Amino acid sequence: MPLLDALLNGLTLGGMYALIAMGLGLQYGVARIMNLAYGQFLIASAFAAFWLFARHGLSPLLSLLLLPPLAFACNWLLYRILLMPLVRRAKSRSALEVDSILLSFGLLFVIEGLVLALFGGNYVNYAYLGQVVVVLGTPLALNRLLALGFALLLGSLLYAFLHRSRYGTALRAVSVSPQAAQLVAIDVRAAAAMAFALGGTMVAASGVLVSMFLTFNVSMGVVFTMKALIVVIMGGVGSLAGCLVAGLVLGLTESLVATFIAPGLTLVATFALFLGLLMLRPTGLFKGAAA
Amino acid sequence: MKHKNFKTWLLAVVAVLGCASPGRAQDLPQEIRIGWAISRTGSYAGGASTTVIPNYEMWKADLEKAGGLEVGGKKIPVKFFEYDDRSSSEEAVRAVERLISHDKVDFVLPPWGTAMNLAVGPILDRYGYPHLATTMISDRMPELRDRWQNIFFFTLTSSDYAKGVVDLLSKMRTEGQIQGKVAVVNVADQFGIEMVKAGREALVKAGFQLVYESSYPMGTQEFQSTLSEVKRRQPDVFLAFSYPPDTLALNDQARAVGFNPKVFYTAIGTAFPVFKERLGANAQGVLGLGGVSAELPVTRAYRERHRQMFKQEADYNGSAVTYATLQVLAQAIAHTRSVDRKTVSLDIRTGVFDTVIGKFRLKNRIWSEASLVGQWQDGVFQPVAPDQAIGVKPIHTPKPPWKP
Repeated sequence: MPLLDALLNGLTLGGMYALIAMGLGLQYGVARIMNLAYGQFLIASAFAAFWLFARHGLSPLLSLLLLPPLAFACNWLLYRILLMPLVRRAKSRSALEVDSILLSFGLLFVIEGLVLALFGGNYVNYAYLGQVVVVLGTPLALNRLLALGFALLLGSLLYAFLHRSRYGTALRAVSVSPQAAQLVAIDVRAAAAMAFALGGTMVAASGVLVSMFLTFNVSMGVVFTMKALIVVIMGGVGSLAGCLVAGLVLGLTESLVATFIAPGLTLVATFALFLGLLMLRPTGLFKGAAA
Repeated sequence: MKHKNFKTWLLAVVAVLGCASPGRAQDLPQEIRIGWAISRTGSYAGGASTTVIPNYEMWKADLEKAGGLEVGGKKIPVKFFEYDDRSSSEEAVRAVERLISHDKVDFVLPPWGTAMNLAVGPILDRYGYPHLATTMISDRMPELRDRWQNIFFFTLTSSDYAKGVVDLLSKMRTEGQIQGKVAVVNVADQFGIEMVKAGREALVKAGFQLVYESSYPMGTQEFQSTLSEVKRRQPDVFLAFSYPPDTLALNDQARAVGFNPKVFYTAIGTAFPVFKERLGANAQGVLGLGGVSAELPVTRAYRERHRQMFKQEADYNGSAVTYATLQVLAQAIAHTRSVDRKTVSLDIRTGVFDTVIGKFRLKNRIWSEASLVGQWQDGVFQPVAPDQAIGVKPIHTPKPPWKP
């Protein structure tokens, strides 16, 4: 059935969008780091998964356990070493945003250069879990369902962490007001480092998942940064639930437009939706920080 | 063997008598300078890294190993210059200008892709550099050939490739292998639009019924919804005028939605090694744009060297042709004993060259003996149309259904 096909395809697509956007949501929403190298981190992780799989026969599912903790450590160090000086000297949050944009723009080229030197500029694509399962009469690839599943799982885990744990509450407090958070003895810098590193963990996980079904090369990072940015802003900066909903809405829109209107108009539909939403709700679907 | 040696000798003597006036050899410089600007990064890097860069590197290594270009029994060392154009036309133009005015190169090798070749064309023309365009497909080629006197084409126009497919389909219909329903999608950029325009005209003229036609934005890798819709229209033939990432996605997702038309065609990227790596046995029967036969011993040897050097196979379309154009350039320099661009261009126009795809001669500055349509047959991408293409093989129809 066309409608059901479109809805299910849209959900898996939206799941991927939500997945790749959640990390940026954390980094931007809580740590206030506008990470322009976000897509390059994703591509680097996709290449790592490919390398482990093609050269060492390591299943991407194992990479999914291995790479995110590694990314957590790397991102935490990155924050501590590279970003801390910026945080210290920033007079305001917006000053930090501007500085972080400049720094991550440089970082973008460093990562791209490294990946290029290691893997070359070629397209990479490996098949993993490409088997098809039929859901309600619609054939869907297993790897895409996995991405949707992980988006929902990671989304709810993060949600629970932010809302049910003491540490998560501290992160949300920092996201709302760093000054006030300091007054109640929250180590703002530690919390921001944690949020940035968690974001990096998410992006590593999504890189591995996406590598199972998309063709990628070094230069595609910026595509993912753009998509993630749109989803984060649509959902409302700092809102995880917003990320999830905005991602799914975007995926459904694209799929419905491709099925019933024309595939050529998917991009137009995406940006029309984005613009329309920003005009009606400038702060995004879910206003507020880490809510 | 003796006979062959004699012939080579005779050829050499004729060449020397015919082309080299006395004293030419002394005009030769101490070194030859050759440069290029290519997309190491940016959106064209994928295509450039598959088809062009390995060949430039291989040629460079070959010449360095040989101690330079051999001209009249003398080795002249070659100095190479390379810039990354970052897939931006402006950057490519700047880089080529720098190569010409600052690095003072004797020859410029072309970039990858239609847009980039179009971008650097005017400067190469202005300075009279031979322009060996291998990875450019456009309907503007005849017009450009008139305008730029030193451009040489090793591909045909978009219309030629599109009509090539439709001619093949007409033939298959006459033989009763397919009926008349065709679905077409295309990437929404100049290449895709030119192809679909020519393809649509040819299809309508040949009396095919277009049951689905749509474009998609560049960079799209999501086709499940589109392909589900196409599948509902039940076409016999699916044509996609696509680029490498979408080519892979279309094939993979057609498998996922269980769309099994009798003819499945995707354009650029179908002949790439990554296609076979990704699709494995499912590549069988898929049609794609171009196709250079890999059966000549020289071509085989070239492919083997490519595989050893880069741990990656050469593609079955532009790779060998790109390397062949480098041989053409080297041999034209050797024939004429000159690095004078006018003299060399003249020789490229009329000369006969020995290359990795066999004896090579341009007609009216175009080389048009490669095939328009190829097909994956038992792990090799074979040329299948038109009938007069080099090494053409009979087409396998219908395409076997996708294996899960």
